[in-house]
Amino acid sequence: MNIKLKIWRQKNAKAKGKFEDYTLDDVSPEMSFLEMLDALNTKLIEEGGDPVAYDHDCREGICGCCSLYINGNPHGPGEKTTTCELHMRSFKDGQTLIVEPWRAKSFPVIKDLIVDRNAFDKIIVAGGFISVDAGSAPDSNSILAKKENADEAINSASCIGCGACVAACKNASAMLFVSAKISQLALLPQGKVEAMDRVNAMVARMDELGFGNCTNTYACEAECPKGIKITNIARMNREFFAAKVVG
Amino acid sequence: MVTLNSKIPEGPLAEKWSKYKSSMKLVNPANKKKLDIILVGTGLAGASAASSLGELGYNVKVFCFQDTPRRAHSVAAQGGINAAKNYKNDGDSVYRLFYDMIKGGDYRAREANVYRAAEVSNATIDQLTAQGVPFAREYGGTLDNRSFGGVQVSRTFYAKGQTGQQCILGAYSGLSRQVKNGTVKMFSRREMLELIIVDGKARGIITRNLITGEIERHSGHAVVLATGGYGTIYYLSTLAVNSNASAAWTAYKKGAFWGNPSFIQIHPSSIPVLNDYQAKLTLMSESLRNDGRVWAPKKKGDKRPANDIPEEERDYYLERRYPAYGNLVPRDVGSRAAKERCDAGYGVGDTGLAVNLDFKDAIAKQGKEAIEEKYGNLFEMYEKITGINPYEEPMRIYPAGHYTMGGLWVDYELMTTIPGLFAIGESNFSDHGANRLGASSLMQCSGDGYFIIPNTIGNYLADEIRTPKIPTDTHEFEEAEKAVKSKIEKLLSVNGRQTVTSFHKRLGKILWDYSGMTRNEEGLKKGLVLVDELEKEFWKDVKVPGTADELNQELEKAGRVADFFELAKLIITDGLNRRESCGAHFREESKTETGEAKRDDKNYSYVSVWEYKGKDKPPELHKEELNYEYVEVKVRDYK
Repeated sequence: MNIKLKIWRQKNAKAKGKFEDYTLDDVSPEMSFLEMLDALNTKLIEEGGDPVAYDHDCREGICGCCSLYINGNPHGPGEKTTTCELHMRSFKDGQTLIVEPWRAKSFPVIKDLIVDRNAFDKIIVAGGFISVDAGSAPDSNSILAKKENADEAINSASCIGCGACVAACKNASAMLFVSAKISQLALLPQGKVEAMDRVNAMVARMDELGFGNCTNTYACEAECPKGIKITNIARMNREFFAAKVVG
Repeated sequence: MVTLNSKIPEGPLAEKWSKYKSSMKLVNPANKKKLDIILVGTGLAGASAASSLGELGYNVKVFCFQDTPRRAHSVAAQGGINAAKNYKNDGDSVYRLFYDMIKGGDYRAREANVYRAAEVSNATIDQLTAQGVPFAREYGGTLDNRSFGGVQVSRTFYAKGQTGQQCILGAYSGLSRQVKNGTVKMFSRREMLELIIVDGKARGIITRNLITGEIERHSGHAVVLATGGYGTIYYLSTLAVNSNASAAWTAYKKGAFWGNPSFIQIHPSSIPVLNDYQAKLTLMSESLRNDGRVWAPKKKGDKRPANDIPEEERDYYLERRYPAYGNLVPRDVGSRAAKERCDAGYGVGDTGLAVNLDFKDAIAKQGKEAIEEKYGNLFEMYEKITGINPYEEPMRIYPAGHYTMGGLWVDYELMTTIPGLFAIGESNFSDHGANRLGASSLMQCSGDGYFIIPNTIGNYLADEIRTPKIPTDTHEFEEAEKAVKSKIEKLLSVNGRQTVTSFHKRLGKILWDYSGMTRNEEGLKKGLVLVDELEKEFWKDVKVPGTADELNQELEKAGRVADFFELAKLIITDGLNRRESCGAHFREESKTETGEAKRDDKNYSYVSVWEYKGKDKPPELHKEELNYEYVEVKVRDYK
């Protein structure tokens, strides 16, 4: 395959970025998208150029490192797929691919396609945990949880923290990410004790960090590589209002 | 001559840990606040240690090279985490878990450490559950278990095929809570490049800020490494591509000994190598062997599609060779059996380097839904990568480099040979002998982090309460910083023609061919020469673009690969020294008539512990003799 690329290049956070054009011949449809970028970087290095910087690590769709807006979609085309799981067989010979970093005020660009997603950590620090010290946990089977709830908690907990939901949302809202964590812990008996404080603290921090409000367009759910459901946001809102009522 | 003191407490096996805890020195809460601990790595071991040490009140500075601590490669462990809860009423116990690990490790692990790992496993599951890890449940609300390779009880807790992700998110949430409480300070996108030793004690590290390139000094009263394994040395492995050995390697070169470097687990079920631009191999969890049956065609070179090969022409070779354990043999045994079939010409796929993992019978018996509930995400992952639907066609699998049982040598307190330097999780050599059993790495990492290091580090720090904050403007820091900068400068100045990755690929191929699933004297010797030549070529012809004072991913890789050359030579040297087969280390010269690994307990019942003696000097071998008081050392038999 022959692939044309328009890639966002930006030397650092302060520099002005722009798109650069590249062409790559001999792309195999069996290559993953990142292996294609590896091949581009090899070519650039060998020609004395500057390779494209992008985040990646596990290359099996679980670490949440990889990102990239590809032809207008976070993680490119394909449902429930991270960029590292995307393969070139999803594209056509001769196609032009536009590759950009996540675009969101709360995710500033560090270099080229790498953004700073540290804001997610800050939201978790605000309250995305259960306060239990090592040594004080009761026997696991003394905390019974309904299987359906536990299964739903796993679905919410499948979030990999990649930030595609924020990138997909025109308001750059982090509600899918935040609500997934709130739901996971609210669905389990061990998380109920702090549920109200948690939702208050996490929502407040999310707002402080400049993430926007939910647009109700469901773009986050459509683009989430792990299939996190929008119903998590509904649950978070319920939890939030309940906390407000109780005060 | 250094004598290795493993500091194993006196007394009966089952009482050693409680005896240790009741007699160790303590640091009172007011003094804990005055003590700084440096912790490198935020996988399950690092994150759980950060959380526990923070809870105790120490000042913990935590470092990781990823953008956030939640991404460390523990996240990719799929199948499960073991504990001796005996919730299944199937005869499990702490002793049995200990025994299975000792046997699984082919009698090359230290009894006291392994027993303790089994002992703390139950508290670990409780801690993770309490932190909100959504383990799979039964309809009555209790936790579910499944079985795993190398054992005959069901003691594995799991969260679909994402157990590692869920465990690390639990530990990461504990770490985050301590960030909020002010006891943990998090430094992400930092890579440790040097260890600082002051008056013989570990007192700090030098890091590179991966965004700005700035070289930074950090000091502490103790340093804990939780930097994982070195499976990426093979280039293609199941590890995250940025996983590396550099932090541990710098510790080795500063005087921490390395235990059993050649003990590297090759996992039997990874998606096979598909092409030569591939950047990694994706694991297909061992848990799949609970329901999947492994087979190769009975006819040599049979290239028919798997579904066209009738039942009577299939060779379920694991069930045939190992009727007692069948598809659930331990990993080393499963890997070699696959290699044996493929080498003999029975492999499938274009390359002939693959065997089938077939779910046809399980789907027929349990229904597609039941299989989907257990392994849905793994099946999806397989289909995304290969384009093949494993509900309809068998998966193709082949062994791949995976886990390193070897690592920094530690004593019972998880302290290395450098006072004040600790190594936990996969970065140490401690609990898995010559082969690790499935679902025991999450167990060991979290046990080390939540329950062991928080105790043992106190015993060391109790003598440090009068030591003021360690200054960073001393000549030790000065010199270490200089060394780091000069290595970076050297890498950038070669300005050759070949990329770092091309060297890494070639190094990986040499190791896979000569120090992989099977090894022999001649091959190992040849491998050593080839690595040495390639290393020389690297320093003459590598091309590292860009500068030192910017985000430079090629420079990061170059430093790691430069260290891999040196580590590769240690791996091969260790493999040459150990003229026996044990666990994952299979010397072709030492096998039984049926092709199984043949140990030589008379000559090799020891941990090989290597000391760095300087550049271009051979490392010195020390031996930690292994004494088995509580298990009878037998031939490991899964037939």
